[in-house]
Amino acid sequence: MGYMTFIEHDGTRHKVEIEADKSLMQHAADNMVPGIDADCGGECACGTCHVIVDEAWYAKTGKINSSEQQMLEMTPEGAPTSRLACQIEITDALDGLVVHLPEFQM
Amino acid sequence: MKNSTSNSGQDQVCVIVGASHAAAQLATSLRQKGWAGAIRMISDEGRLPYQRPPLSKAFLAGETDADSLAIRPPAFYAKHQIECVSGKVTAINRREKTLTLADGNEQRYDKLALCTGTRVIRLPIQGKELAGVHDLRSLADVEGIRRDLPRTRRAVIIGGGYIGLETAASLRKQGIEVVVLERAERVFQRVTAPAVSAFYQRIHEEAGVVIHTDIAATAFEGEERVERVVCADGTSYPADMVIVGIGVTPNSELAEAAGLETNNGIVVDEYCQTKDRDIVAAGDCANQWDPHSGQWRRLESVPNAMEQAKTAAATLCGERSPQNSLPWFWSDQYDLKLQIAGLSQGYDQVVIRGNPDSGRSFAAFYFREGQLIAADCVNRSPEFMFAKKLLSQKTTPDPTRLADDTITVRNLMEEVTG
Ligand SMILES: Cc1cc2nc3c(=O)[nH]c(=O)nc-3n(C[C@H](O)[C@H](O)[C@H](O)COP(=O)(O)OP(=O)(O)OC[C@H]3O[C@@H](n4cnc5c(N)ncnc54)[C@H](O)[C@@H]3O)c2cc1C
Ligand code: FES
Repeated sequence: MGYMTFIEHDGTRHKVEIEADKSLMQHAADNMVPGIDADCGGECACGTCHVIVDEAWYAKTGKINSSEQQMLEMTPEGAPTSRLACQIEITDALDGLVVHLPEFQM
Repeated sequence: MKNSTSNSGQDQVCVIVGASHAAAQLATSLRQKGWAGAIRMISDEGRLPYQRPPLSKAFLAGETDADSLAIRPPAFYAKHQIECVSGKVTAINRREKTLTLADGNEQRYDKLALCTGTRVIRLPIQGKELAGVHDLRSLADVEGIRRDLPRTRRAVIIGGGYIGLETAASLRKQGIEVVVLERAERVFQRVTAPAVSAFYQRIHEEAGVVIHTDIAATAFEGEERVERVVCADGTSYPADMVIVGIGVTPNSELAEAAGLETNNGIVVDEYCQTKDRDIVAAGDCANQWDPHSGQWRRLESVPNAMEQAKTAAATLCGERSPQNSLPWFWSDQYDLKLQIAGLSQGYDQVVIRGNPDSGRSFAAFYFREGQLIAADCVNRSPEFMFAKKLLSQKTTPDPTRLADDTITVRNLMEEVTG
């Protein structure tokens, strides 16, 4: 089984086990990683599951669709590798993935 | 674990009545804050917490299954020692700090969280018990609806609010003929400006839904199954299925009988506390005092249930962090994503950005006394995020600039924050 790591804004690291077919957001929620609110439960409607993907991993996290793109356009603390965690499907190929959490979700 | 400021010992028991959005978040937040004692959720639905929003959307449309509605996987509760008990709580004995369940069992508590939500309002009309007449609140309701779908060619929906119109879209997508009957003079009357109502009426009509407003259903008729809906003006509408979505009422009787204050819900302060310091309430059942607006608020939305649950959990752990999050809501119909920030009640000016009379994307910004108070954004996520930001910072954009759709949201943002 693979692992991935969430790094909070203050540097706290959370290493969680990968379970295939779950989104990155669900991995955070199921492992009680703080800092991902996910108000809408993964409908791409709230923007409160913002993560900044480690640059080395960004290309592997898949394509951004237009509704995610629209949400990210105005996200505070947005970065070139920003994604919404609920739109990233986790597979074993993402073993070792590292994502950073913003200071605040909006 | 961080924030382990909890004052709870291992022998303390927190009981949560209800096991839905508010309860699931409250239990999670208690553990995150270091609550060391037992956590017990009691649900009369006998299910682990599941997402309600998809019930009228993807789940009704047959695009997802029941398992994918789970808020957390079953293993989560075991791992974090959150017990899930099936049963209906019938009384709170505050002096003894016990609960009575319908099966006669008792549960003791040290802290109690009421997350009892709402229940649907039943139309007090003839024929409501006929087969084929459905409410839409629980997974069981929608499983019943889905079982009836294969025999349904024509459906009548009573109520043109979010749930009614989402249901219309989900049924229409499956080729069912849909008639919506709304008592008010326009759909969404309670919650939006006329331009937004007119937009949704047009979209639904373009999809083939028939909408009648200003009309009151007076009876459901049929032998064993419903066959038609009869209205006060003498018209009648053939139906193989009827779905009633005319609103909900808070489950606050339990609290009331225990001597807690209730008024359109269970009355709580900005810490989600009732007048009993060991009892909190969160979610659709809670009517909360908001010191910022100087108003009482009972909201029916997932984000509100989650925010109040976090506040309530903090209160139970001895922290004092008042609720001050911005209300927001979403609704999916067809390819339209409606995102609402703020509360528009009491608006005196509406500024429209984009064209709601054609196309499928625009935003309506609501002002009161020159201040931005809310925005309805249809397929306009940048505007939604912009509105959320302005509202939480209590800044107001220039209405004329806002109405100019040739100015990008990014530019508007720079002008305001610049
Ligand atoms: C079809 C539908 C679509 C929706 N769509 C959206 C949407 O798009 N966006 C949005 O933000 N919100 C939406 N909502 C609203 C949202 O689902 C509610 O705001 C949310 O469910 C509130 O959660 P809650 O935990 O406060 O209460 P509820 O979900 O109402 O849960 C309360 C639970 O407590 C149980 N209970 C009550 N009394 C007792 C008792 N005495 N003993 C034991 N158990 C008890 C109830 O049976 C119920 O299971 C929708 C609702 C419905 C029905
Ligand atoms: S969970 Fe709401 S946008 Fe991802």
